[in-house]
Amino acid sequence: MRKKLAILFLLVSILALPFPAIASEEEEGKVDVKENIFHHLGDGYGWEVPFSHTYRIPLPVIVRAEDGSWHCFSSGRLIKYDEEIDPESSKTHVVSVPQIVTIDKEGKSAYQFVLAHTSKHKNKVVQLLPTSQGEQEEAAKIASSQNDEIVDGFVKFDGKYYKEYKPFDISITKNVLALFIAAALVTWMVMGLVRFYTRKGFKAPRKGMGFLELCVDFVYTGVIKSTLGDKAPKFAPYLLTAFFFILTMNLLGLIVIFPGGANLTGNIAITLVLAVMTFVITNIHGNKHYWKEIFWPDVPLLLKFPIPIMQVIEVFGIFTKPAALCVRLFANMMGGHMIVITLTLLIFIFAAYGAAIAGVSAAVSLIFSIFMLALDTLVSFIQAYVFTLLSTIFISMAVHEEHGDHPKATVEEI
Amino acid sequence: MELFTPDFGLVFWMFIAFILLFIVLAKWGWPVIIKQMEGRADAIDKGVEYAREAKQQLDNAKESAQQVIGEAQARQAEMLREAAKMKSQIIEEAKKEASEEARKVMEAAKVSIEQSRKEAELQFRNEVSKFSIDIAEKMVRNQLKNDEEQQKLVNKMLDEIEKN
Repeated sequence: MRKKLAILFLLVSILALPFPAIASEEEEGKVDVKENIFHHLGDGYGWEVPFSHTYRIPLPVIVRAEDGSWHCFSSGRLIKYDEEIDPESSKTHVVSVPQIVTIDKEGKSAYQFVLAHTSKHKNKVVQLLPTSQGEQEEAAKIASSQNDEIVDGFVKFDGKYYKEYKPFDISITKNVLALFIAAALVTWMVMGLVRFYTRKGFKAPRKGMGFLELCVDFVYTGVIKSTLGDKAPKFAPYLLTAFFFILTMNLLGLIVIFPGGANLTGNIAITLVLAVMTFVITNIHGNKHYWKEIFWPDVPLLLKFPIPIMQVIEVFGIFTKPAALCVRLFANMMGGHMIVITLTLLIFIFAAYGAAIAGVSAAVSLIFSIFMLALDTLVSFIQAYVFTLLSTIFISMAVHEEHGDHPKATVEEI
Repeated sequence: MELFTPDFGLVFWMFIAFILLFIVLAKWGWPVIIKQMEGRADAIDKGVEYAREAKQQLDNAKESAQQVIGEAQARQAEMLREAAKMKSQIIEEAKKEASEEARKVMEAAKVSIEQSRKEAELQFRNEVSKFSIDIAEKMVRNQLKNDEEQQKLVNKMLDEIEKN
């Protein structure tokens, strides 16, 4: 045990060693903590690869310009990365130079797109509209008068203000690609199990597939069947798909390098869609009893007749239940990511105080990061499980036939 | 804040990805897996039940076999006893018969002995009478060699007849 601890400590210290060197490079540029955190939590048009500051996996940008035409170009054209040598310390550091992407139409440069930096639509692709000299000066004047570089309706690029148009953007961003990868992974896993069954008949799968089957059984028997009873086969496909998709996205998000690292379930768009799915399924399959509970619940008459207090609360409840689902998953996963990133950034913040402190902080941060990642792995399972469990309970409340024996108590407990 | 406003592009693709995933898995994935799992669970339950029944049947069979063996043993003992009884009876009967036969033989022998004795007696008597007649004849002949003698005899005879 002591030997193992010693080895662990050594490993951690070795890992910690190179950090002061790298960190001191960044010292000059001052680590922008907030920028860094939100960059890692957010979406992006390219996908970072390890050990390279200048290369990003280019992904297709698909936008609809102001006049309704669709355009598709590589995200590699949006930003150019240059390595710049600092004349004083002769160290290299990377500078990113945003580029204007010009798409020609009949020989003229008709559409110009740029990755906005100083604009309301930060880090999004915007279309540059032709802007006269007067309008540019007007915008600059507004900027100086309101003491803020961002001017409504304008994007500042290369020192000048241009009128911007936020196009309809369905680009295959980092998150979208990660989404496809997660979906492909789930399909591959499930179809693998199905193929195993068709080949081996009644043989029980072992190892990885056995674990997958265990998870399916855990969710299906433990949650879906025990809550929905004989209606289980009808809703099981949705609930199982949601569980495995969420779980895969959660776990992929914890892997730092490609194809992981995208903060998918910590993105409200993803959880919103999932919650809306549950909302739609719940209300489509809601039976007479469910709607009666909402519009004429079993409460004293005064609570529901002259002033419809209960009805208002119940109708509000229809929307708050999926909203809670959406926010719970989003906040849990984003929080986990944020803590790990912050812990890692601590190393770079402390780097300013010299190599010794940086080394210690690196070791401490690493230990905490590892602990947090382990915890996040657990949270990944728990949140996927909780989402499925709550969706199941909401659906069961909507399709429940007779009165009494409500599963509502379980909702309150969680 | 950027983090809390859902991005339309991502919502769009998420919707498509999820629906596609759902369709594929709902059609070819989950029903197969669930059916298989439940089928296997049922098969295992049935197997256990079958094994239990088989064991019970085996136990029953053992019991009945034991019973059959017991019965067989009892019958065997019975048979042996009967056989022993029969043996002694047969021996007894045989003895009886044998003694009867012996008695009969003895009786027959007695009869024949008696007969032959009678025959022998008869023969002996005949012979004795013959001898005695011969002797008498000879004596008579000797005595009656002269007339005097003959006279004496006739007298004597006549005396005798007169006496009677």
